[in-house]
Amino acid sequence: METAPEASRDAPPKKDKFLAKKKKARRYWEEETTPTAAGVSLGPPRKKKRKRELRPQNTKNTHTPNKSHISKKPQVPKKRRERRNLEPQRSLSGAQDPFPGPAPVPVSVAQKFRRIDKSRKLPHAKSKTRSRLEVAETEEEEISVKAARSQLLLAEEPGFLEGEDGEDTAKILQADIVEAVDIASAAKHFDLNLRQFGPYRLNYSRTGRHLAFGGRRGHVAALDWVTKRLMCEINVMEAVRDIRFLHSEALLAVAQNRWLHIYDNQGIELHCIRRCDRVTRLEFLPFHFLLATASETGFLTYLDVSVGKIVAALNARAGRLSVMTQNPYNAVIHLGHSNGTVSLWSPAVKDPLAKILCHRGGVRAVAVDSTGTHMATSGLDHQLKIFDLRGTFQPLSTRTLPQGAGHLAFSQRGLLAAGMGDVVNIWAGQGKASPPSLEQTYLTHRLSGHVHGLQFCPFEDVLGVGHSGGVTSMLVPGAAEPNFDGLESNPYRSRKQRQEWEVKALLEKVPADLICLDPRALAEVDVISLEQEKKERIERLGYDPEAKAPFQPRPKQKGRSSTASLVKRKRKVMDEEHRDKVRQSLEQQLQKQEKAAKPMGVWPSALDRFVR
Amino acid sequence: MSVMWAAESLQALSEQKELEDLPKDYPSSTSEDEGESNGERKHQKLLEAISSLDGKNRRKLAERSEASLKVSEFTVSSEGSGEKLVLSDLLEPVKTSSSLAIVKKQLHRVKSKKTVELPLNKEEVERIHREVAFNKTSHALSKWDPIVLKNRQAEQLVFPLRKEQSAFAPIEHVLSGWKGRTPLEREIFNLLHKNKQPVTDPLLTPMEKASLNAMSLEEAKVRRAELQRARALQSYYEAKARREKKIKSKKYHKVLKKGKAKKALKDFEKLRKVNPTAALEELEKLEKARMMERMNLKHQNSGKWAKSKAIMAKYDLEARQAMQEQLARNKELMQKLQVTSESEEEERSAEEEDDFVPDAINEVQMTADGPNPWMVRNHSGDAKEAEIQKDPEKLSEPMADKASESEEEERPVEEEEILLKEFEERRLFRKKSGLNQDTEPVGRQETKGSSTPEMLSELRTLSQKHNKKHQSRKQKVSSVKAVMLVQREGPAEEEDDPLLLQRPERAKTLEKLEELGKEGYFQNKELPRPALKEQQLERNPDNQPGAPKEKKRKEQMIDLQNILTTKSPSVKSLVVPTTIEVLEDEQERDQKQMIKEAFAGDDVIRDFLKEKREAMEASKPKDMDLTLPGWGEWGGLGLKPSAKKRRRFLIKAPEGLPRKDKALPNVIINEKRNIHAAAHQVRVLPYPFTHHQQFERTIQTPIGSTWNTQRAFQKLTTSKIVTKPGHIIKPIKAEDVGYRSSSRSDLSVIPRNPKRPTICHKKKQLKKNSKD
Repeated sequence: METAPEASRDAPPKKDKFLAKKKKARRYWEEETTPTAAGVSLGPPRKKKRKRELRPQNTKNTHTPNKSHISKKPQVPKKRRERRNLEPQRSLSGAQDPFPGPAPVPVSVAQKFRRIDKSRKLPHAKSKTRSRLEVAETEEEEISVKAARSQLLLAEEPGFLEGEDGEDTAKILQADIVEAVDIASAAKHFDLNLRQFGPYRLNYSRTGRHLAFGGRRGHVAALDWVTKRLMCEINVMEAVRDIRFLHSEALLAVAQNRWLHIYDNQGIELHCIRRCDRVTRLEFLPFHFLLATASETGFLTYLDVSVGKIVAALNARAGRLSVMTQNPYNAVIHLGHSNGTVSLWSPAVKDPLAKILCHRGGVRAVAVDSTGTHMATSGLDHQLKIFDLRGTFQPLSTRTLPQGAGHLAFSQRGLLAAGMGDVVNIWAGQGKASPPSLEQTYLTHRLSGHVHGLQFCPFEDVLGVGHSGGVTSMLVPGAAEPNFDGLESNPYRSRKQRQEWEVKALLEKVPADLICLDPRALAEVDVISLEQEKKERIERLGYDPEAKAPFQPRPKQKGRSSTASLVKRKRKVMDEEHRDKVRQSLEQQLQKQEKAAKPMGVWPSALDRFVR
Repeated sequence: MSVMWAAESLQALSEQKELEDLPKDYPSSTSEDEGESNGERKHQKLLEAISSLDGKNRRKLAERSEASLKVSEFTVSSEGSGEKLVLSDLLEPVKTSSSLAIVKKQLHRVKSKKTVELPLNKEEVERIHREVAFNKTSHALSKWDPIVLKNRQAEQLVFPLRKEQSAFAPIEHVLSGWKGRTPLEREIFNLLHKNKQPVTDPLLTPMEKASLNAMSLEEAKVRRAELQRARALQSYYEAKARREKKIKSKKYHKVLKKGKAKKALKDFEKLRKVNPTAALEELEKLEKARMMERMNLKHQNSGKWAKSKAIMAKYDLEARQAMQEQLARNKELMQKLQVTSESEEEERSAEEEDDFVPDAINEVQMTADGPNPWMVRNHSGDAKEAEIQKDPEKLSEPMADKASESEEEERPVEEEEILLKEFEERRLFRKKSGLNQDTEPVGRQETKGSSTPEMLSELRTLSQKHNKKHQSRKQKVSSVKAVMLVQREGPAEEEDDPLLLQRPERAKTLEKLEELGKEGYFQNKELPRPALKEQQLERNPDNQPGAPKEKKRKEQMIDLQNILTTKSPSVKSLVVPTTIEVLEDEQERDQKQMIKEAFAGDDVIRDFLKEKREAMEASKPKDMDLTLPGWGEWGGLGLKPSAKKRRRFLIKAPEGLPRKDKALPNVIINEKRNIHAAAHQVRVLPYPFTHHQQFERTIQTPIGSTWNTQRAFQKLTTSKIVTKPGHIIKPIKAEDVGYRSSSRSDLSVIPRNPKRPTICHKKKQLKKNSKD
């Protein structure tokens, strides 16, 4: 029997096993569809262009980017596989695959999924370490390619409202938009006329399917706003300050005049949490299962809703807290204060992680975008500012509004909505991670009452506005993320799926301790304790086991390694080291002198030379 | 051991010698006298009697009665035992008898010889055995090293180790074994087999199969070895050539050149013998070249006629033309001279080329490359700017070339005067050549030279190098001689461009400075762009350290007041909130509010700054004050320890890292460590990593399914070792990993340095022996 010239001989045995496994598991109906195609999600019913990747006709071209992309690293087995794939595979009928090999992946897309910062220089590594590093890097590359390939599954593409040349989109009224869009979308624009129970706060559930709102005069309602099916409607007979869904639409936290209450979707009161009293604002951190409450007493309290414990109660020492928002990127709570500062809080630290002076007057509203890079604040000085949160905390753009914005909200794709009196203004940016440009308003809308609550609906191009005249749901094209993660927040999930998800989410709950400004810092080594342990070890042992051994001259050929020459050589090395040290210290001294010579922060004047 | 062996051999040698000695000593005694007649015996006796007559006491030879002379093992023979001791012997004074001497000698020899060495003691023998065994086993085990390494680095190991699955059988084999069951299938198969059509296109053609079988493993190995050897040889040769190419010694090159010339001569000789006609041609060419060289002198503008013509040329067109022609000729010859200087072979080819290539082609080349550089200069001199402006880019390259060439020529000559002379000559020459438009033969060679891109690039690099080297010199020259120029061309000079600098040097002798100043520089501005860039790059490092400093300073200059009070453009919304619309005295109120807020704001800023200062103070490491008041001086209420003492006993805390918010006036960042988060961080570096950054890089990528595709997640979380439940995991065998068989593999694993251990051993023994 002859053997086909297969390269499988060289491949590790494991791969063969996988192949065999795959063979077994494959069914006839899977032959046609690729396994990834099975997970194509049902997009929200919206009119959107389909993303289409054109495959270049030339087979050579299809491979050049991929190859160059992969061949950066010397990884032999992978290359070999690539080459094998390049060969046209013959099917039973003898026809050749016109597009052999895996589908091409644009490098820029793959780059988006890269996590390793290769620009940083690493200290010299031994060969063993280097091989580990290489493995990590190749893994990352493969994964990023896979992720980039799966981008194909994001079938929906976002789009904005675009005026015909010179037309201002802000002039387009809601009625015009509703007229233009399809019926299903048009149904998403509605007004709830509830003049009776005062200004409303509102909240969408994480999936964007459910809406809860509570009026100042005690009216609390929750509904599936897409189908307009009412889940519950009660009057708590008490002022409602804020309302928020917990991790799912089944639980509802309502900040009432005295205490915090939790209701289920039937409107049955489940808990009354007396430790959180006179709460003004609520925020729910979905991955940590924490309900953050800001109270009139000046306390920021974190309540773990999965176990019902208060994780931390932090005294902000800044008087009444009435402005709060969360940073979805790192779960840090932003509080706005009356002295114009915004403070950033984590339950793990008693003091604010950072304090930013934003306004000359008090801060009226704060919002952070979904990527955690931009923060919008508005203050009593009628200014609207957008800050960069990536380390610098400097304002990127500032605008003075005729009347300061009382409420701010960011959409998933970075649109900024501001409620000013009875008007809502919306600004749009270039894309997801770009700040909204305040040059031109994207949309405006006048309401029947003063704005009291604002929130963009997740996964729907809808902005919900709670005002004194009720609740308005207005259409904002391009506001939401068009593709949702079916496993994470699926608007169409069934009850069973929700339960499954709940269990999984609870299992993956992130401890409250891990909340910090830079979540990627957790992937770093704790250098301080590492050093500390090293020091302790040295103390314990009495010597440094990792210290560089003192130079010991190697015996040389006969006649050359007399004691004198050995000593001489030793001395030479020692002197060299000593010289290095001296040189370094001299440099340091020079630097110090320079520093001392130049007084810090004082701009040298041209007249200085005349000073005696 | 060797010593023992040597001793033995010595012994053997000595024995042999003895054996050889014996017949000398007893020449006839050992004669075989069995079966000899009595007469002979008598005759012998008689002879003996006669010999004893002469007084010399002739030694009596013992009669050999026994089988061997040697009695003892120490080669002590019993010869002389036959002699009888006579009374007179005893009476005589003791003297050495010859027979005894022999014995003595032999005894001495025996004494001097060494005894057989004692066998090594048990411990040492064991040690040696162990050593050998260790070496053997380590060699036997070393063949596993790559496998162990591979398994350690493998992403996943699957146990029990299975043999490699035999490759899938080709489809024909599968199909041939398969039989149709249903009538339809059978019918189809019949049809197919009737035509003997291959069911698929065969995976391997017979030819391929044959070729696969053609070469056995041994052959392949041999062939590979050969190829490797050839490659190695080639690489050696290349390395050698490279090394030789790098040699800078002039002498070496001189010798090399000489050798080459000799070789060429020899070749020529050979050629003469083999093919006289070809040799003749060769000779002719050589001679022709030499002739050209001689002729070259003639065509320099130095002749009497030429000089006279030069004077006339200004007014006479014909004279100008004649000059032109002569110059053209000169140019041609010059080119040939260049060729001859290189080597005969090249010259030949070049000449052939010259013969074959018609002038028309050269012309075309020239036009393609742009006008002749020599001409260009003249054009500028004659103020024909229009043409130059048309194609300055084209001009630039040949110009640069020419400049570099001229520089190379200048290089050896250091004195400025000589330089000047040269320039003058050239200038004259150029001028004259430029007088006539019809100068294509003149320009031909130049354009040809510059036509190849490699040449161009080479020349450019050369010129750049040269410029760098001679910049200082040029600057001097320019400063001395071209002050006027500098004044005139201020901005251009400031650029400090080497190419520009070099220009004044050339121009300074020209009378028409103005012309050059206007036009030459006009060209140059476009010409030296790359060089300029380089210079800027060079200059930049000086500036760069300054730049960031300034930036830093600026960053620090960010003022809180500025941040908060900057006037921001106000948004003009289409829809204005109703409350504002209602208000009539809107502006007034606005102003009032603004003033209020401004007052409030001042307060806010001051408070914030105060808070920040406090935070900074709090986070600063504290100095330790160890002064004891009242120690060594008066103490008590209202008395403070002296400043000197305080200074002495104050231990300054080391300065920590700069605060993160140092340059951010509007931010206070908490510098306290988050202990709770730190508890979740890695605090021990795992084994192969020596620096935390290395380890951090390997844990940068998240492995959860939240961040990865399903496949990637599975791949990232595969277990390192997979075992099959219910299967025995047998130890790895040589066959499993591709070694042939255990016995053969043992043989095949040849110790890499088999001799070393034994050598060591021997050395040890030698040492021991020498000690004894």
